[in-house]
Amino acid sequence: MSPETLARWQFGITTVYHWFFVPVTLALSMIVAIFQTLWYRSGNDKYLVLTKFYGKLFLINFAMGVVTGIVQEFQFGMNWSEYSRFVGDIFGAPLAFEALLAFFMESTFLGLWIFGWDKLPKGLHLLTIWMAAIGTNLSAIFILAANSFMQNPVGAIYNPVTDRAEMADFGAVLTNPVMLVTFPHTIAASWLTAAGFVAAVSGWHLAKINKKSVDTVGSAKRAEDESAHRFAATFAAWALLASGAALLISGDEAGKVMTEYQPMKMAAAEALYETAGGDGSGAPFSILTIGSLDGSKEIWSLTVPNVLSFLATGTWDGEVEGINPLKEAYARGELVNPDNPLQQAYAENMRAFGIDDYVPNIPVSYWSFRLMMGLGFAAMGIGVLMLWMLRKGRLPKDTPLWTALMIVAPLAPLFANSFGWIFTEMGRQPWIVAGVMPVSAGISPGVTVVELWISMIGYTIIYGALAVVEVGLLLKYIKLGLPEVAPVEIKAEDDVLSFAY
Amino acid sequence: MSPLAMDPSVLQLVWFGLIAVLWIGFLILEGFDFGVGMLIPFLGKNDKERRVLVNSIGPVWDANEVWLLTAGGAMFAAFPGWYATLFSGLYLPFFLILFGLIIRGLAFEYRVKRQDPVWRNRWDWCAAIGSFIVSLVLGVGFANFIIGLPIKVAETSPVHVYTGGFFGLFSPFALLGGLVLPTLFLFHGAIFLALKTRGTIHDRARAFAEKVGLAAIGGGAVFLLWSNLAYSTGLIGWALMLLAAGGLVAAWLMVKQDREGWAFVGTTVATLAIAVGIFVRMYPNLGFDNSATLDAPLNILTASATPMTLGIMTWAAVIFVPIVLTYQAWTYWVFRKRISVKNIPDDVPEPAPVA
Repeated sequence: MSPETLARWQFGITTVYHWFFVPVTLALSMIVAIFQTLWYRSGNDKYLVLTKFYGKLFLINFAMGVVTGIVQEFQFGMNWSEYSRFVGDIFGAPLAFEALLAFFMESTFLGLWIFGWDKLPKGLHLLTIWMAAIGTNLSAIFILAANSFMQNPVGAIYNPVTDRAEMADFGAVLTNPVMLVTFPHTIAASWLTAAGFVAAVSGWHLAKINKKSVDTVGSAKRAEDESAHRFAATFAAWALLASGAALLISGDEAGKVMTEYQPMKMAAAEALYETAGGDGSGAPFSILTIGSLDGSKEIWSLTVPNVLSFLATGTWDGEVEGINPLKEAYARGELVNPDNPLQQAYAENMRAFGIDDYVPNIPVSYWSFRLMMGLGFAAMGIGVLMLWMLRKGRLPKDTPLWTALMIVAPLAPLFANSFGWIFTEMGRQPWIVAGVMPVSAGISPGVTVVELWISMIGYTIIYGALAVVEVGLLLKYIKLGLPEVAPVEIKAEDDVLSFAY
Repeated sequence: MSPLAMDPSVLQLVWFGLIAVLWIGFLILEGFDFGVGMLIPFLGKNDKERRVLVNSIGPVWDANEVWLLTAGGAMFAAFPGWYATLFSGLYLPFFLILFGLIIRGLAFEYRVKRQDPVWRNRWDWCAAIGSFIVSLVLGVGFANFIIGLPIKVAETSPVHVYTGGFFGLFSPFALLGGLVLPTLFLFHGAIFLALKTRGTIHDRARAFAEKVGLAAIGGGAVFLLWSNLAYSTGLIGWALMLLAAGGLVAAWLMVKQDREGWAFVGTTVATLAIAVGIFVRMYPNLGFDNSATLDAPLNILTASATPMTLGIMTWAAVIFVPIVLTYQAWTYWVFRKRISVKNIPDDVPEPAPVA
């Protein structure tokens, strides 16, 4: 394999893997903070039990997010040194901000939260989990601003003397139109994932409580467990619906922004070869196609009239450009956006790279786009089902089907996240910076294929082993169920710590 | 040292200095938790004793590590050319650092999550080996920054590439650096443990500090003498060497008298002096040897970001660095008390899992 292919695979593997942990972490930190706030305000131990139970699951997950995140920050320099040099003046700043503003905050306050139960007054201790949660979410702003620059390089100019992109307007980088839709979309997707997780864990326990012998009916422990899990599952089901709604709205906006700044990605998402709509008719949205994988030959397809026009342009008969005319326009040197100074100024150099294929991988774009949406809708459906099953004090039956649904509940939105990012990044091809720098130009020229293989094999082995460890721990603590909680009080120096590693 | 084509701007000097501060903060703070991590399987004879070691750094190690991430991010933003050439040039060393950081970070979080002694013992070794690998690689790395990494401009793009090869990193001086830094961290960490604990762990940490302190003093002396003789930075290098030596010797004398707070100040000053000396040497060529690329050198001028980016970053640093220092200092205050095995709760039998 060429260094470029290896470096791309490595980025794909390590990023998708990192993003298995991040969405749950982003929103679960908030959910735990909400549970603890409810306990703080009501004094009801039910919420304390939920805080500790989901807090532990959160931490198991958070640790993986932290250690796999360091790889991400170093990887740009290691595998993509020319990219790092070329865009570092713009791209580096959000990463530095992320470390300074977000990483310090989340790590410091999380340490205070984990070990501070018997050291800090309750109100102050509550503040620490909120600070950690805010810090975690703050990091999303900066890293998405960095990624949005790769999709739509605003706020930058090209300096021929230094031969690189340079910052012109940091405000424009942080308010990139792509960033403004990606951030709410990503946060909503994180909520969908964490809510799916909480709904699944508490929903599974509710079925197990239901299965227990009738002798336990009326026992205090059963009533407490049921009450706590019922609250968590109901909360999570509503969160699934709310975040699902937010995903639809932000996803709709994202479609329009993508059409404007990355029309090729939109066309690839639909495997739309020829321009459609705009002549009084609207472009149909394809739900499924059976035919050749890249959609160029179709045997049967399920489409909804006019929806693609609406998704892409906001009008039912708007014109959506197809892959073939876009390809021809690129070949003629017509750039994505005539108003983008970086793309315009760098055009000559870009031609010198000699890109011969301006089209991203169509099957990957088409199917990942559909899997993202389909899995997201599935998660919303589970939210509705959960509310129905729990209506008026009812409990779900402990059946294999229910267990299967509870396994799907977190995995569907989790994989929807993966496919969403695979679509976003693969749909950007062949660019590393859209309309400016092709991926092939961004690699580290000094790094050898052997080095790439060593790190690739190394990451695969470690990440594979750690996945087994992490899932094992999650399952263990899910099955152990709600913990017994002791009264929360500040301890003296010689006392046994109420919590220690 | 090749002279610069022009004087660096104030912002370039500020950011070179800030990156040095971030690295030094990392070496001082994470240095002691690397030391504690390496000592877990050796100073802890049973599970509770090992848990004393883990909990002595439990609340703070992660925030200590963020100093490294911030140093990396600041290099990327303020000197993209430095970040690009260093991280790609030292590819395998950085991979080893990542490997070490992954296994040690998870060790602290995961060891207590199962009561199985085999599980816990494995994670303890992950903590020790991971902490050692990172210390070792950093030692070799910083020694190479003193020597100067040979570079040239790549043939296919304008980025500089390292030309010395992987085995070119292991000169005798660099290997010595790889020995001295873990030894220094062991000394620093043992003193921190003595400062943070009571009872058996305290006594063992103190006894170990007395021994490893001699190794740190001896190794540090050879390394600093060699560094000043072969890679001189003039008078300032000798002055910093004396300061480092004074810090190490004072730390050793103080720990013998049970004055662990002062001993910790000693190793902190020594780490600071050594690191400052290294960054003085790295000015203005950022630890690179530009002799093969004199017409297009990589240095504080050419690697730097634009004044606009440096200016934005400066504002962020001016506002947020004091805030970060305040809340991090507060954490150390909250967890200031010494701990011992008496503070560690017993493992309670786990309930039967729901099935």
